[in-house]
Amino acid sequence: MQTAAEPAAPAKMQSSRRHGQRPARTAHWLLILAALALSALFIGVPIAVIFTYALREGISVYIAQITQPATWHAIWLTVLTAIVVVPINMVFGICVAWLVTRFRFPGRRLLITFIEIPFSVSPIVAGVTYLFLYGSQGLLGPLLESHDIKIMFTVPAIFLVSLFVTSPFVARELIPLMQAQGSEDEEAAITLGASGLQTFFYVTLPNIRWALLYGAVLCNARVMGEFGAVSVVSGAIRGQTNTLPLQIELLFNDYNVTGAFAAASTLALIAVVTLILKYLLERKQAG
Amino acid sequence: MPLFSKSSQRGLLPGFSLTLGVTLLYFAVIVALPLLAMLYKSVNLGWPDFWAIISSERAVATYKITVGAALLATLFNALFGLLLAWVLVRYEFPGRRLLDAVVDLPFALPTAVAGLALVTVFSANGWFGRYLEPLGIKVAYAPLGIAIAMMFTSIPFVIRTVQPVLEDVAVDVEEAARSLGATNWQIFARVIWPAIFPAFIAGCSLSFARSLGEFGAIVFISGNLPFETEVMSLLVFIRLDEYDYPAAAAIATVMLVLAFLMLFVTNSIQAWQLRYADRS
Repeated sequence: MQTAAEPAAPAKMQSSRRHGQRPARTAHWLLILAALALSALFIGVPIAVIFTYALREGISVYIAQITQPATWHAIWLTVLTAIVVVPINMVFGICVAWLVTRFRFPGRRLLITFIEIPFSVSPIVAGVTYLFLYGSQGLLGPLLESHDIKIMFTVPAIFLVSLFVTSPFVARELIPLMQAQGSEDEEAAITLGASGLQTFFYVTLPNIRWALLYGAVLCNARVMGEFGAVSVVSGAIRGQTNTLPLQIELLFNDYNVTGAFAAASTLALIAVVTLILKYLLERKQAG
Repeated sequence: MPLFSKSSQRGLLPGFSLTLGVTLLYFAVIVALPLLAMLYKSVNLGWPDFWAIISSERAVATYKITVGAALLATLFNALFGLLLAWVLVRYEFPGRRLLDAVVDLPFALPTAVAGLALVTVFSANGWFGRYLEPLGIKVAYAPLGIAIAMMFTSIPFVIRTVQPVLEDVAVDVEEAARSLGATNWQIFARVIWPAIFPAFIAGCSLSFARSLGEFGAIVFISGNLPFETEVMSLLVFIRLDEYDYPAAAAIATVMLVLAFLMLFVTNSIQAWQLRYADRS
């Protein structure tokens, strides 16, 4: 990988070297430049093209595209989905993390593996599973229909499938942290007479707040951006069950390229904000 | 490592039955029940019908295209990921922190947005396409586009699995090797590579698994032609659109079984990696 630099390895460099990082030499710079160039091409350009195309007809056209009723409604529905789904999965994540890090019981490891299943399932398969549960062809569909309850191709279906897809996010951030922190603090609180809830809110929560927030941020990004699963269950009814990612596809298929990019830019902006928050929260957690 | 931390006495901390109940109920309703409903649908088809659907020419073509493109994407990400992990851990340079943050963009960016951006960049008059198409390299609406879409959406896997392990490779072991006269290449091949190899393989299998199931980015760029640019997830979607629910269930079941197989492989590799890390 760096054979070219071998003969020049000066002895003094070794002593001045910190763990992990060392001052770069020519061959190192070639690797660095290759990494930067490839990242710019494969990661930088796609994000740049979104904002360039979104704004290419000027800011007024951009605003008009974003505020056209169908896109505006898609933005609202996307935000609403996040408002419903993220808190539920935060509660679930806390429950799972408390369960598997504070207690030992048979099947614990299996449970940890099971919780992560939604990460392995293709979004399209996730959508299909919900169709075969709540759809008219599905397991519970006929029963629900006889009670006049319709879930498939409605907003609740979008909530449900989003819950499925993002259920492991918070738990995955909390489990390693709570495992590492151990339960001595909480045991002390309980021994001193605190109730379970007091212990959670005054001892556990302050210790895990940044990881919790971090998990929520990642969960939120995925909820807002989910495409495959939602496209199966929503029916993509304009102005009713169309979330932003579906609206992007719809506009693109309508040859409204600027409109598609304008809608995409809102989600790209959320992705950028997510990365900034992730960076800040990781620093908070470390310090 | 908290592996052998004293097991907490079940009685002391409260909330065991509450959290167990909430976890199991939520998991059953949100995750397990839908999965079982789909499997039930597939089982109800009966083996001959199920087999006829999943071994049909069009379905087999999607397996080949999906696996081929996923392999190509994983190969690229293996090399690109190794390079980025190496550079991020080993060298200090202006923009390192920014690069470290930007690497996660493919996970944060919705797949539909990625697909839209990629098809635009690679289309005949796009930023890349205008230079590639005269050379005879067609990406948008071609099999290569599928691989590019898979590649983009799974860039961070190899980087994020290799990076922490590479950070942990003990400097003193390297120094020892150097003082014994090892060349840089020998140090890499004999000391560093064996240490990061399990993590590297784990990252590759995660990347491959993700690519097998990718949908959002691919629909935009693939052109979606049967037998040419149709992947598994897309065929499932098309069957749903045609109200051919048995076919959708059968092919989705194939994808699910593949996903579980990959989950098993990845978990085994990670268990191996942990043992490996404990030994050294």
